[in-house]
Amino acid sequence: MLRSRLLENKLSSLYKAGKIVGGVYLGKGQEAVSASLGASLIKGRDIFAALIRDQAGRTAFGEPLIDCTRTYLGSVLGPMKGRDGNIHRGRPLDGMPAMISHLGAEVSVVAGMLVARRLKGELQGVVGATCVGDGATSTGAFHEGLNMAAVENLPMVVIVGNNQFAYSTPTDRQYACEDLVERAKGYGVGGHSVDGTDMLACTKVIGRAVQLAREGGGPQMVVARLLRLTGHGEHDDGSYVPQTLKAGHLGRDCLDVGEAQMVENGYASAEEVERWKTEFADEVQAAVAQAQQEPVPDPWHEVWHACSTQTGRGL
Amino acid sequence: MSVTYVDAIRDAQEKLLRDDPRVFLYGQDISKFGGAFKATKGLAEAFPGRVLDSPISEDAMIGMAVGAAIEGMRPIVEMQFADFSSIAFNQIVNQAATHFYRTGVPVPLTVRLPSGGTPGSGPFHSQSMEALYAHYPGLVVVTPATVSDAYHMLIESVELDDPVVYCEHKFLYRWLKAPRINGDNLPIGRARITRPGKHATVVTYSAMVHEAVRAAERLKEEGSWEIEVVDLRSVKPLDIDTVLASVARTGRLLALGEAFPWGGVTAEVVARVCADGFHLLDAPPKRLNSRDTPVPYHPKLWAAHRPTPESICIALRELLNF
Ligand SMILES: Cc1ncc(C[n+]2csc(CCOP(=O)(O)OP(=O)(O)O)c2C)c(N)n1
Repeated sequence: MLRSRLLENKLSSLYKAGKIVGGVYLGKGQEAVSASLGASLIKGRDIFAALIRDQAGRTAFGEPLIDCTRTYLGSVLGPMKGRDGNIHRGRPLDGMPAMISHLGAEVSVVAGMLVARRLKGELQGVVGATCVGDGATSTGAFHEGLNMAAVENLPMVVIVGNNQFAYSTPTDRQYACEDLVERAKGYGVGGHSVDGTDMLACTKVIGRAVQLAREGGGPQMVVARLLRLTGHGEHDDGSYVPQTLKAGHLGRDCLDVGEAQMVENGYASAEEVERWKTEFADEVQAAVAQAQQEPVPDPWHEVWHACSTQTGRGL
Repeated sequence: MSVTYVDAIRDAQEKLLRDDPRVFLYGQDISKFGGAFKATKGLAEAFPGRVLDSPISEDAMIGMAVGAAIEGMRPIVEMQFADFSSIAFNQIVNQAATHFYRTGVPVPLTVRLPSGGTPGSGPFHSQSMEALYAHYPGLVVVTPATVSDAYHMLIESVELDDPVVYCEHKFLYRWLKAPRINGDNLPIGRARITRPGKHATVVTYSAMVHEAVRAAERLKEEGSWEIEVVDLRSVKPLDIDTVLASVARTGRLLALGEAFPWGGVTAEVVARVCADGFHLLDAPPKRLNSRDTPVPYHPKLWAAHRPTPESICIALRELLNF
């Protein structure tokens, strides 16, 4: 959480200085949910299809910081080589599918990866997880994907980050049920609600959902109530978010809450937390510095092929 | 005071809402927020209840517009990006496009597609979908390249009784300005000679019109070449008469487009000129499109992916020297 917040703060200032390639979309206020998922999954075994706000989950799942800074700074050594960017990055063969922008589309892709593991006899103990926003729950892809996962009884966890807005559109223009978690029953999947600003609650509820899926309980949907504490992207000031919402319970910063919870429960001392802050800031600085001195893509050396099979006949 | 391309789109919608009670707007973030590109800024306040934020449900958005159009309304649907219209593909090509032919009941809806690439937009926020939709009978597909066309063609699209796919170019939104919206509008289906010439014809549309004009200016300085630039304005219907008349004057054809190279508008132009105007050609016609890969994210790769004044000049020199 903390590492990701420091990284994203840095990305925001690089964006404002005009050093970033493309847009910047931050997860500020959503880290507790995202990191809880990332930390509940096992890298090298599980599948995690992150969404645009899941830097914290990526970091907790074990994606190296350099993957992120390379992509944002346009280094050709990044996982996408400059061909696709930032929030779309992934390493599909390492259980991190690369998202497409089309919201909801990852749900069925994760289902497919799990089906493949089953066909190969490698599904035992595996979980596939993905995150969507409240807006994405209005897509056909989300409905079809979740229904398919349920029909196939897959070990899948879908986290709905209900951050009250899809870009500028408030939830009452997105769905008309009381709470999105009610839908779980309709699909035949396990439903869980959590206060996304509460780090301990997130680790507990999301951890349990992952465990249920891992133990054969079928797909689980977790709906986290929270508020995005930033614009949709760094180009957006989020002025449509009412002050009352920001000042209320959902407007509290999950990072502050988490820090207090760590200290109160004796998981870490205040000094330790301070030490992490300097350590992580140094790590972020080093990753940025490294990516900054690496070459950017060069159209002359680019291989302009979209197919992996090259027959020499212009496939 | 000057008017940008995106202002023209906004102003056209304002006029349509004001003049025709059957018009309403539907799209993601288009009401109070004014749309991702501000093409509907202030319209929700001016026309309460007629500029509505939709859920993120492209398929249902177009299905709803088809239903409303059958009932006599004139919906304008904004896709946040053209790329997301692929989710509504079924409703556009199977529902809207076939409806009149099957039932005799027209479907007057307009889908606005923010199309084309800008630096750093990547594979899912850059696509040009006009050829896909033009392939289907029953759809009108327009691609305005100027501020005045953006205005007049949107109004005409909504007035048409057929479903119109209105492809507006994101690169032109704020980059392209005009002192005012002028009255030299042509009907949909008529191409315009943007720049007269006598040595070769470039047939193009949308943002590529401006790249073609730049290339033509360079070739004029370089070798006194006079390149004629034809702006198709609408790719369906396609004004082949204006294209053939131009090729008759110049004897040489370059079909230019920002979309992917396989098939598409440029292939259609070349095929028709070959079929109907083979005798007019002094050289084999050429095509220039983007490269055959997804649209890359990094601005350096993006700039080399789409046709540029440099690559257009190279193609034209080959054509002129044949
Ligand atoms: C199918 C589709 N339509 C439109 C968009 C454009 N778009 C990108 S993000 C966004 C809002 C997403 O809201 P939500 O799903 O709630 O996630 P959040 O950004 O709030 O985390 C929209 C409309 C898209 N990416 N995909």
